[in-house]
Amino acid sequence: MHAIEVDRLIKKFNSFTAVDDISFTVEAGELFGLLGPNGAGKTTTINILSTLLDATSGHGSIFGFDVSHDKHDVRKNIGVVFQEVALDVKLTGKENLEFHAMMYGMGKNERRDKVKEVLELVELTEKAGMLVETYSGGMKRRLEIARGLVHKPNVLFLDEPTLGLDAQTRRHIWDYIKKLNRESEVTIILTSHYMEEADYLCERIAIMDNGKFVASGSPEQLKDVLGGDVVSLELEGNDGNLVAHLNSLDWIETLTKHGGVLSLTMERGERRIPELITAAHNHDVKVTCVHLRKPSLEDVFLHYTGRTIRDQEASQSERNRAMMRGRMGKRR
Amino acid sequence: MIIQGAAIYVLWLRELKRFSRAKSRVVGALAMPLFFLAFLGLGFRKMMIPGVSEGVGYVSFLVPGILGMSLLFSSTFGGLSVLWDKEFGFLKEIMVAPVSRVSIVLGRLAGGVTTALVQGISILGLSFLMGFKINTIVALPLALVFMALISISFLGLGLIFASKMKDMQGFNIVFNFVIFPLFFLSGALYPLDNFPVWLRYISYIDPLTYGVDGLRAVLIGVSSFSVLFDLVMMIGISLMMIFWGAYFFEKSKAV
Repeated sequence: MHAIEVDRLIKKFNSFTAVDDISFTVEAGELFGLLGPNGAGKTTTINILSTLLDATSGHGSIFGFDVSHDKHDVRKNIGVVFQEVALDVKLTGKENLEFHAMMYGMGKNERRDKVKEVLELVELTEKAGMLVETYSGGMKRRLEIARGLVHKPNVLFLDEPTLGLDAQTRRHIWDYIKKLNRESEVTIILTSHYMEEADYLCERIAIMDNGKFVASGSPEQLKDVLGGDVVSLELEGNDGNLVAHLNSLDWIETLTKHGGVLSLTMERGERRIPELITAAHNHDVKVTCVHLRKPSLEDVFLHYTGRTIRDQEASQSERNRAMMRGRMGKRR
Repeated sequence: MIIQGAAIYVLWLRELKRFSRAKSRVVGALAMPLFFLAFLGLGFRKMMIPGVSEGVGYVSFLVPGILGMSLLFSSTFGGLSVLWDKEFGFLKEIMVAPVSRVSIVLGRLAGGVTTALVQGISILGLSFLMGFKINTIVALPLALVFMALISISFLGLGLIFASKMKDMQGFNIVFNFVIFPLFFLSGALYPLDNFPVWLRYISYIDPLTYGVDGLRAVLIGVSSFSVLFDLVMMIGISLMMIFWGAYFFEKSKAV
């Protein structure tokens, strides 16, 4: 049985289609990422899978339980860390966790042990007695991740887990997530619009744009589509027979020359640079500068959508604002 | 659906903790009724109001009305507080838990009734200091029953509004066009007999009318209807409000 199974899921808000016919499966224990710009439909997908929203059509199931019909069973199996803070700031950190544990019907001893354990995991034991309103953004996030784990869910949803956090805290949270996925059996589904986050954390990624999946696979597979690393060589003077020689090498995928710069794509570029230098030397060509660029998921996104994720976000927020205006107008 | 005791208990506990920590909320909730009581009581003390017998006096007549007002305000706000949870995201945490929606409503009710009763009892206690007297001590438990029923009714009403509203924007509308008219129509400040007949009929569909009348009956022995009638009406109304509140809450979305 799949941990998560989604089949032709569609969600419409009036005339706006937030999730547009997506299907995917996630295996137990996998760390799966939904990557895409804000407004791509990631959160809507999570809200449907966590029973907070009903789909317009299509199905979703968590360990065989249908998300729109067996809500109670689905809820028992999942933990959710929402995009926006969902803590009671007038309670202490520990009280938030205890509230959660009791809502999930945990017994007294189990509750005490587990709350202690997760507080240690996210290093909040010392601050547990303080009101959450005194916490920093990073501490709140860590508390929420801890809370998502208290009842030992089989599937953990993390919606933009590091949104708005500084680089150091983000790195910290990445480590928790990795550790968690490695040490417990929990299946994690994570959404992000940070390319490097998805790249670093996820075993498998689906790139989402305008409610649709545009590509999916492991980060490596996705990047391989681009043909590997790009090595640029800046040459001085005539290139002689070098280009002809390089063209004959089978590990070079593509070769282009713009002015004095040779751009080559290949796998594992860093290991090939010495060879390239030697070849240039042998052909009496002087290399003045070498540049290696690993393709990022940003390039993959660009490749599939023709836009960078930032462009897409700008136009997306424009559209959201227009939508909000429309909605407000209707209400009055 | 199932009733989950632990979830109801923890929702109740949360409400109590939040209440006890919000000192300004407690003070504010007590101050307004006491100001009403003090200023209206002193201002109208010497006035002869038709329907208020000389033996009773306006202050005594007013105390049950102000109790009703306090319960009306705090309970409707209690029901509407779902909107605060929605605004601060905590509602999602509640809604995604494997807890039946009925249990969630019951937990909120338990918390709301408890905090409303704490306020009501405080006001009653303070009014004793101001010279309010009751006929028999037996009146107190009966008054508590009425207070609880008033509270349940308006928690249900608040919950209905909260389920229908998207955010706190409509708050003022509810306050001005629902809560205040309910307060004035209930006869909390004056005998309903002074209303023109058509207005009196409108006041009969106000749940608070029976609540205040019942409180007056048990506390000072003056009322328009019999205690039993008030009690039956209040039980019926509170059940109906809770049913509707739970129904609309069940249908509402957290996101």
